[in-house]
Amino acid sequence: MISSFEPVILFFVLGALAGFVRSDLKIPGVLYESLSIFLLLAIGLKGGVELARYPLSDLALPALVVVAVGALIPLIAYPVLLLVGRLPRADAGSIAGHYGSVSVVTFAVGATYLARLGETTEGFMVVFLVLLEFPALVIGVLLARRGESNTPWKHVLHEVFVGKSIVLLLGGLVIGWMAGAGGIVPLDRLFFDLFKGVLAFFLLEMGLVVARRFGELRRAGIFLIAFAVFMPLVAAGLGLLTGWWLGLSVGGITLLATLYASASYIAAPAAMRIAVPQANPALSIGAALGITFPFNLIVGIPLYHRLAKSLHPLGV
Amino acid sequence: MEMTTRKLLTIVTEAAIEDTLVRELEQLGARGYTITDARGKGSGGERDATWGPHANIRIEVLCDVDTAQSICAALRERYSDNYAMVMYVGDVDVLRPLKF
Repeated sequence: MISSFEPVILFFVLGALAGFVRSDLKIPGVLYESLSIFLLLAIGLKGGVELARYPLSDLALPALVVVAVGALIPLIAYPVLLLVGRLPRADAGSIAGHYGSVSVVTFAVGATYLARLGETTEGFMVVFLVLLEFPALVIGVLLARRGESNTPWKHVLHEVFVGKSIVLLLGGLVIGWMAGAGGIVPLDRLFFDLFKGVLAFFLLEMGLVVARRFGELRRAGIFLIAFAVFMPLVAAGLGLLTGWWLGLSVGGITLLATLYASASYIAAPAAMRIAVPQANPALSIGAALGITFPFNLIVGIPLYHRLAKSLHPLGV
Repeated sequence: MEMTTRKLLTIVTEAAIEDTLVRELEQLGARGYTITDARGKGSGGERDATWGPHANIRIEVLCDVDTAQSICAALRERYSDNYAMVMYVGDVDVLRPLKF
């Protein structure tokens, strides 16, 4: 049928449909937790194995550039939310933090999509995934709480840096890096071969969650819905240019655009709930998960790939 | 068997602030607590616990009247504006009052 269509996305659609028709389908909370632990570990391991092929020193400069450009995303989003959207400062800062941070599952779908098309990517993209997760959260909190002195920084930083996503991604990365491609056998059967199946399961659950929360989206209003579509496009543009400037492959450029375009809906809500209590989580989660996540999955990733393909041959 | 009356304070709130609340409860004089996962519906909408940010917890604290009152007052002041939170207090009979 449609050759470039990634079948795991259909599991997301199935979950969403089941949710909309109020099916009694329910993924138990413990299974959801287990699947997310598996995915985070597997992505870390895979990145670590790939990372073992590169000298780490080659990575320092690109990593710095990627993080610095990534930090622009919340700084662009915040004034738009505040001045155009007329959102309260707490909400604008919190949403800016969500959009600056990244979504691991969006990244995984992007990587799966590219692998299916036979497009190779730089293995160190996972390092960028880890590095992009937290700076935007700190920036978002700073924006939301400008001038306030009672921010519970100790709790917030604890939540950001030792949250399960960082621990598992980083832990997997180190284990994979130490083991290398040879040493990871036979763990690769569990973590790499079964990856796509588990991702499909996880997307089924995300579809259910999105459908159940759809009502909240209506309260978000037309501005936020438009923001949730345009912000990833702007961020992806930054990613395409940065990836191209760094001389990444077509796959690498696509993944960097996907990372920048994605919005966090697991790490960010947990951190923001503690750091910025006044912010309404229904707005940020509704936009990040309800619109941006499916948008990137269905429209964004193929679009970024096409743009990366036309950008890549142009010399820097 | 001799029973003594104590207060049972129940707090239903967001799982996101569990760690913060536990610290707070201990500082306010609670000598123990029981936490269970909870789901339900209230003025803040349905909390179905299918997903981390939508999970609720129920914290139960057995304590004397003064502790129950100071916990209620403190939590009401610091949390109830911004977080989904329901608190209620009832009398219960306990066997070993020194524990609470």
